[in-house]
Amino acid sequence: MDVRDRIAGLLASADPADQVGFLRARFEAGLAWVHFPEGLGGLGAPRDLQQVVEKELAHTPQPNIGLQAIGLGMAAPTILAFGTQEQKERFLRPLYTGEEIWCQLFSEPGAGSDLATLATRAVRDGDEWVVDGQKVWTSGAHHARWAILVTRTDPDVPKHRGMTYFVCDMSAPGVEVRPLRQITGEAEFNEVFLTGVRLSDDLRLGEVGDGWRVAQTTLMNERVAIGGTPGRRGGGMIGVVSDTWRSRPDLRTPELHQRLLKLWVESEVTRLSAVRLREQLAAGQPGPEGSGMKLSFAKLNQELTGLDLELRRDLGYDDWSFRRSEDVDMLGRGPGYRYLRAKGNSIEGGTSEILRNIVSERVLGLPSEPRIDKDVPWKDLPR
Amino acid sequence: MTTLLYTEVEEELRAAVRALLADRCPPSAVLKRVESPAPYDLDLWKTLSREIGVAGLLIPESYGGAGASASEVAVVLEELGRGAAPVPFFTSSVLATRAALDAGAADLLGRLASGDTTAALAVPFTATPYHRAADTVEASGTTLTGTVADVAGAEAADVLLVPAGGALYLVEAGHAEITTRPSLDLTRPVATVAFSGAAAARLGSCDVAEVLRFGAGLLASEQLGVAEWCLETTLAYVRERHQFARPIGSFQAIKHRLADLWLDVVRARAAARNAAADTSPLAVAVAQAWNAGVAVHVAEEAVQLHGGIGMTWEHPIHLYLKRAKATEIALGTPGDHRAALAELADLPG
Repeated sequence: MDVRDRIAGLLASADPADQVGFLRARFEAGLAWVHFPEGLGGLGAPRDLQQVVEKELAHTPQPNIGLQAIGLGMAAPTILAFGTQEQKERFLRPLYTGEEIWCQLFSEPGAGSDLATLATRAVRDGDEWVVDGQKVWTSGAHHARWAILVTRTDPDVPKHRGMTYFVCDMSAPGVEVRPLRQITGEAEFNEVFLTGVRLSDDLRLGEVGDGWRVAQTTLMNERVAIGGTPGRRGGGMIGVVSDTWRSRPDLRTPELHQRLLKLWVESEVTRLSAVRLREQLAAGQPGPEGSGMKLSFAKLNQELTGLDLELRRDLGYDDWSFRRSEDVDMLGRGPGYRYLRAKGNSIEGGTSEILRNIVSERVLGLPSEPRIDKDVPWKDLPR
Repeated sequence: MTTLLYTEVEEELRAAVRALLADRCPPSAVLKRVESPAPYDLDLWKTLSREIGVAGLLIPESYGGAGASASEVAVVLEELGRGAAPVPFFTSSVLATRAALDAGAADLLGRLASGDTTAALAVPFTATPYHRAADTVEASGTTLTGTVADVAGAEAADVLLVPAGGALYLVEAGHAEITTRPSLDLTRPVATVAFSGAAAARLGSCDVAEVLRFGAGLLASEQLGVAEWCLETTLAYVRERHQFARPIGSFQAIKHRLADLWLDVVRARAAARNAAADTSPLAVAVAQAWNAGVAVHVAEEAVQLHGGIGMTWEHPIHLYLKRAKATEIALGTPGDHRAALAELADLPG
């Protein structure tokens, strides 16, 4: 059946007033992500067809991409790539409809940029695994039904080889979520303590010891999700600053004007690169340019939010209260919040320093730094 | 639909130009030529303009041209930028040809398309599309009198196209006094062009600001080519150059700078493609404001990351640095283009 017929069929039969019901019907019709296989929300169709679907269904209920960013952007592609048929059938539909929210248990207090040194242990006990450790920087853990989790299963081999990837049941006994207050005052992230958490072996994603390879799939998707969507010209954060500039002639100075114009140009060429990247993907010629988008985005967001605050000469702050926030609210909150929150852009999802390593080694083919940790068993690494 | 990708036809054209330059004018040959009495390689230009047919790209088929788009011209400019090629393509086949098109000079267009005639627009290379200075040449009947400084491509030209009093005039190069002066860009020297009662033919009216704007948009593709060569050459060097018993390209202090340069070049490519596909004032100003600075920055970093050898005359990087800095000044500086954006993007000062 042609995709347009499917869209017409969906629109004729599903009730857009019922968010979950509509998304379920969309999943069943194979219109959730057309490049996924049939029966799993897709049609086994080329990825560029998704643009047609998104355009036709733009006015209908959409998945909550704020709340379910990790699920849609990272868990789903990883489950598709490494999950068993049973796992795909169990997890993908409620993930798509938002009935089950996902979070990510990767970073630890001792394993940030060097994620592969992580220490959360998973020990086999019959058909189950017992997990002990501490994760950090976990957004949405307090809403999440499931998590993607990387653990150490073999401390006696070098670090990249001894890891195993799981789906973690966030309602299991021994999972404790504590809010982690940020420099913005709020708690968008969490610490997650795992104490004697028992996970059945059918929650394992990929082979035992293959967790690093599975995690790479997740991380590649994360960086595309963070940097890859082009907006309209003059929109996004440059639009916020431009609006301030236009509405407050009293604040203008020649020096600020020069900085604004420079950042307007940089925003526009970065947007054009994102447009070009999307054209490359649609034409089936994915280029390495995607690796750099998050770097550009982080730097721009930081400079623009800093300029906005300075331009407004605003010494106030909207809300320091220690409260849970549902997602990153760059447009709804004040300029002080935006300035502080943007500092996280060059840290989350791979620091800008690590991304520069990735670009220089994988895209530009430069040699890596000499490593002392590659062939040493994990348990013998200095820490 | 506007696309920022390269078409197959463009890639074929690129391959043809690149192969010719690799064969006939590698950087070492350019280096030898720039101090000779003939800085422009007119033999190479003959092959390029006639056999590959780049001279007539912008000219409609009805005048004997190829009727190609600005996007194809842009690809040729990328390659000529990569080669710092001493040929008058930009000055004759882009600037002067665009002016001849504007003036509707049918006969001249036919000669330009075939490659029989090379032209130069007698306007300072420093002129901008935004603040046109008054013409320094005056027409009186069928003669011209006056002087134009900093004309690029004049000494390679058979004819000069001279704006005077809102019209475009044609003067045979032999009727003008062309004095090339030592120039920052060795591969595209500038000259003072003087006319004293020179015989001139009026071609038609011409909006010089639009011609300069069109040229500025395409110059962004040449700047992209310059930046690409500098980045690739530097990458090759830091992989091979060893200090402290390892390639210097394995040090993060070096790698991170190169990653940032690459990101600048990626965005310069998008900006150049956009300005070739959409020659609106805004797209042109964005591409110039970004690409001019990127070409200079990448060339400067190339000198630094090459260390001592980068400072020598024998290594060709300086040709690219000089080209980059000269094109940053040509047809409006990045600051001029940003100033124009204040109005174009509704961000008044």
